[in-house]
Amino acid sequence: MAVNRREFIKIAGLSAALGLGGKAAFDLVLPGQVDAAQMSRPPQALQGSHWAMVVDLKKFKSEADAMALQEICHQAHNVPTIPGKQEIKWIWPTKFEHAFTHLENRQIPPDILETPVLVLCNHCENPPCVRVCPTKATFKRESDGIVIMDMHRCIGCRFCMAACPYGARSFNFADPRNYFKDGKLPNPDYPTRTKGVVEKCNFCAERLAVGKLPACVEAAKDGQLIFGDLNDPRSEVRKTLRTNYSIRRKPDLGTQPSVYYLV
Amino acid sequence: MLEKAITGSKNYWGWLAFLLAVIIAGVLAYLVQYNKGLMITGMSRDVSWGFYIAQFTFLVGVAASAVMLVLPFYLHNYKDFGRITIMGEFLAISAVTMCLLFIIVDLGKPMRALNMILHPTPNSILFWDMIVLNGYLAINLVVGWVVLSSERKQLPPPGWIKPIIYLSIPWAVSIHTVTAFLYCGLPGRGFWLTAILAPRFLASAFASGPSVLILLSLLVRKLTKFDPGKEAIQSLAKIVTYAIILNLFFLSLEFFTVFYSQIPSHMTHLQYLFAGYHGYGALVPFMWASMICGLLAIALLINPRTRKKEPVLGVAAVLVFICTWIDKGMGMISGGFVPNPLHEITEYSPTPLELTITVGVYAVGIFILTILYKVAVGVKEEIGDFKPGDVAPSH
Repeated sequence: MAVNRREFIKIAGLSAALGLGGKAAFDLVLPGQVDAAQMSRPPQALQGSHWAMVVDLKKFKSEADAMALQEICHQAHNVPTIPGKQEIKWIWPTKFEHAFTHLENRQIPPDILETPVLVLCNHCENPPCVRVCPTKATFKRESDGIVIMDMHRCIGCRFCMAACPYGARSFNFADPRNYFKDGKLPNPDYPTRTKGVVEKCNFCAERLAVGKLPACVEAAKDGQLIFGDLNDPRSEVRKTLRTNYSIRRKPDLGTQPSVYYLV
Repeated sequence: MLEKAITGSKNYWGWLAFLLAVIIAGVLAYLVQYNKGLMITGMSRDVSWGFYIAQFTFLVGVAASAVMLVLPFYLHNYKDFGRITIMGEFLAISAVTMCLLFIIVDLGKPMRALNMILHPTPNSILFWDMIVLNGYLAINLVVGWVVLSSERKQLPPPGWIKPIIYLSIPWAVSIHTVTAFLYCGLPGRGFWLTAILAPRFLASAFASGPSVLILLSLLVRKLTKFDPGKEAIQSLAKIVTYAIILNLFFLSLEFFTVFYSQIPSHMTHLQYLFAGYHGYGALVPFMWASMICGLLAIALLINPRTRKKEPVLGVAAVLVFICTWIDKGMGMISGGFVPNPLHEITEYSPTPLELTITVGVYAVGIFILTILYKVAVGVKEEIGDFKPGDVAPSH
C-alpha cells in the first residue's frame, strides 16, 4: 500500500504535534510502509534487475546516425550545448581507437576503424565512481543496477570524473540554464542541473519508471541499440549476446560494464 | 600568548597589510568564481582537477614535514631540534589550513561541503583525507600551543601531551599516504596507478617541507633576535639531502617500470610531461626545469663544503622547493589527465582568476604563519632563548 496525500498530511500533522520528524513518525504510525512505498515500482514501470545495452556497430552507417541519437538524448535531459572544452555530454560518437583503447590493432579493417562508436556511461557492476564518491551522491541502484546520481547531494569534488575510466562524466562548470535559447528548456518535464555538479547518462531511469525505453534506444533504427534485462535469459539483450560475439570497453579493469558492443 | 602578535614593528604591520591586500584580491576573485562557477578556471571535462588540487597535494607534503623535527627530538632526544619543533608544528598548521582552503575553492558546490559529514562514506578516500587532514591540524594546534605555553613558563610540558606528540608522528605519514591514495587507486589513470606514489609523495614532502624550514630559519635569524642554530639548520639540510635524492630515485624507478614495460597507458603521461605527446607539450620545459633544479640541489647539498655555507644552502633549499613544487604543483595532477581515458589530448593551463585565488590562499597561509611565528619568537625572546644553549631545554 502506498501512502497517499491525505494520509501523509495526517501523519505529518500528528508527528509535528508529537515533535517527531520524518521517517520516525511513519515508523510509529505505519511501520514498514514508507520503505515499501518508496521501493515498490509504479505498475507501468519496465521490470528489470540489471539493465544493459547492446550497441550494434554494424548498424551505424555514418557519424550522422550516431549524432542523431545524441541529439535525442541531450534534448530529453536538457543537456546544454556548451562550446569548448567544458562541454557536457551524456552519449557521443567517437572513433574505434578511442572507445577501445585496449584493442590496439593496426590490422582492423578500415570500415570498422571509421565506424562511429557511441559511448556513454557503462553502468558498471563494479563502478569506480561509486567507490570514490565521498557523499554517496553517485550510487548504484540495487534494484536494477543503474549507476545514478543525486544532484542535490553532489558537492562537485569531481573525484568521480577522475575515477571513471571511460570519460563518461561531465561537470557543470557554468550554469547550464544560460545555454538554452531564450531560456527555453528542450524538455520541461525533466529537471535542469545547477552549476557545480557532475552529471552523466542515467540509462533514462525516469523513462523506465513510466514504462518507456531509454530515449536513444527508442529513437534508434533497425536494432542499432538493444536494451533489456541482463538477468532475464529471455530478454532481447541476452538473446543477442548469446548468438553474437560482443566486446566491452576496458574489460581488464574489472569494472564489468553493462554496455556491450557488436563489431 | 596571542598578544605577542599584536605588537610589532612597522615592517611587521606592513607585511601583514600587504598579505591582507593579496587575500582581499583572492577573495574578490573567488566571489567571481562563486557566482559564475568553475568556468572561470582553465579546467575542462578532460582535465577536471587543476591548480587548486595540485597546490593541495604539494602543501600536504609541506605539512607532513613537521614530523622531521618532532621525530628526532622526541624519539631520539636530538636536542638541537628541541628549540625549533614549534617552527615545524606552526608551519604544519599553516600548510594544512591552505590544503583545506584549496579543497574548498575547488568544490563546485562549496555550501554542500558538510555533506561529507552528513553522509559519511568510508569507501571514499576523500572521507579519510578529511579525517587525517583535520586531525593533523588539531594535533599540531594542541601540541604547538601547549608546548609553547609551557616553554614560556619554563616548565616541562604536561604529561598528557606526550601521547599526542607521539601520535603526530604516524599521523604525519598518514596525511601524505592517504593523499597519494586519492590518486593511486583509480583504475583508468595509468600515471597515478603505481604503488610507489605514496613513497614518492613522502620523499618529496620530506625534501620540500624541511627546505621551507631552512629558509624560514635563515629568515627568522635575520629578522629577529632568535637564532634557530647552525646545528639545527645543518641537520635539516642533511634531511633534505637524503629526501631529495630519494625523491629523484623513486621517480627514476617509475621511469624504469614504465618505459621498460612499454605499456602505452602508463607511458603516454610521462611522454607528455617530459617530451611532449602528439605535438602537445606545455609542461615539458617546466618538468625539465624541475629535474635540473633537483640535480643542482643534490650537487650543492651532497658536498659538505657547499652545504655548510649557509648562503649556498639557502640557494639549494630554493632549488629543492622549485623542483618539488613543479613536480607536484604542476605536473602531478594535470599529467595524470593528459591524455584522457580515450587517449585524446586536452591541455590545461590556469587562468589569471584561478591564479589570483591560488595566490590568495597562499597569502592566507603565510598570514597565519607570520602570526604564529611572531608568537613563537616572542616567547623565545621573552624567556631569553636567543641562541642554542641560552636556556636549558625544559622538556
